[in-house]
Amino acid sequence: MPGLVFFSSASGNTLRFVTRLFGGPGPGPQAASASAPERGLYRIPISPKEPGPDPSALTAAGGYVLICPTFADGEGRGAVPKQVIRFLNDPGLRAGIRGVIAGGNRNFGATFALAGKVIATKCNVPLLYSFELAGTETDIARVRRGLDLFWGTECSTMA
Amino acid sequence: MPKTILKAINWNRLQDEKDLEVWNRLTVNFWLPEKVPLSNDVQSWSTLRPEERELTIRVFTGLTLLDTVQSSVGAISLMPDVVTQHEEACLTNIAFMESVHARSYSSIFSTLCSTKEIDDAFRWSEENPHLQAKARIILDKYKAGEDPLKRKIASVFLESFLFYSGFYLPMYWSSRAKLTNTADLIRLIIRDEAVHGYYIGYKFQRGVEKLDEAKRQELKDFAFALMFDLYEIEQRYTEELYDGIGLTEDVKAFLHYNANKALQNLGYEALFPPSVCEVNPAILAALSPDSENHDFFSGSGSSYVIGKAVATEDDDWDF
Repeated sequence: MPGLVFFSSASGNTLRFVTRLFGGPGPGPQAASASAPERGLYRIPISPKEPGPDPSALTAAGGYVLICPTFADGEGRGAVPKQVIRFLNDPGLRAGIRGVIAGGNRNFGATFALAGKVIATKCNVPLLYSFELAGTETDIARVRRGLDLFWGTECSTMA
Repeated sequence: MPKTILKAINWNRLQDEKDLEVWNRLTVNFWLPEKVPLSNDVQSWSTLRPEERELTIRVFTGLTLLDTVQSSVGAISLMPDVVTQHEEACLTNIAFMESVHARSYSSIFSTLCSTKEIDDAFRWSEENPHLQAKARIILDKYKAGEDPLKRKIASVFLESFLFYSGFYLPMYWSSRAKLTNTADLIRLIIRDEAVHGYYIGYKFQRGVEKLDEAKRQELKDFAFALMFDLYEIEQRYTEELYDGIGLTEDVKAFLHYNANKALQNLGYEALFPPSVCEVNPAILAALSPDSENHDFFSGSGSSYVIGKAVATEDDDWDF
């Protein structure tokens, strides 16, 4: 099963998005509060002291989609959280990225969900979707359906 | 009586990393209305019909009142409740920027309007029952003796919800290529309010974490009840302002959308269903120009983004 890697700061917006994405039937939504590798879910920790996702597990999963919030200033600087940059700086972890989904807030104007564009450019993968704050019901439905389609496409191209 | 030890603020010892992150964001985003070439809108202003001009001035005096409340009372009322000294420092910035916002509307007025028009609008803001009612409800929650977390709820609703019946109009004009410099200034205000709502909402969530389930439920009930009360007033305020130019329903969708975002800042789920939150795409585009909604899945929007210069000069990248 392909993976989903996410980062959420202490504000918890992206965590709430991922929790709802993984909600519904099956184990309780609180499963997303930490990594749940058995469900293909990996969280990049806030503290650099905690161990991050295991590269071999992500490779074995056949790659992952990264979900990342945006922290840009008015000029667009610092859009990607440091923890995510650190994660992507590891070639073994970076190798598995297939696409990115970005969180943000339209109230930040042109830098809305900028982290997604920066990561897409850096890693040469598609920006799959952007959502605001913790996402709406519509966002969740679109991303669920979209990821199924995307991995279906990915698998068929690889086969 | 033992003397209390007075503590100097030490930014090299943080209790909450978010304080420094937000301080940096707030200070880097600092701006003044003099930076925006408002006089370029004089020509555009003259193309508006008299009732459109009156509406615009009224909307801006309404926004001025809310900024005044937030600067002189709101942000300051949160200071006795701070958990860290760095949080207090952030609030001093927030209070000051609200004064900059309030001051900016007067810059717009002095550039575009006559003294009589300005005086009439300020009188209107004092006499409009809906505007007075919403400011009064918020001020009531800011009073000493109120629950500190309830103060934060009121503050987030002001920052992330109550402004939007007003912000709608300059975004609407901008979408029709009118008052575009004024819209640039308003976008700077919107950007600041987004950081304020996010940060105060974040501190609210940290406070809630320490409470038991019963108290959490009480606060949530309070928040949703307050949102309903404010929404009632906002509906009437919106009708009174926008019925004349036929935009009321469009503004209401924008209100629902922003009410949901305000609740998300507090960590709560949405109140209004997606069907009533479908904001006019022209307004969304005016809010965040050059950033269409990327939906690779549905084939809309450009997918392999790239192209545009993005700030990736960050030294931390290794590749």
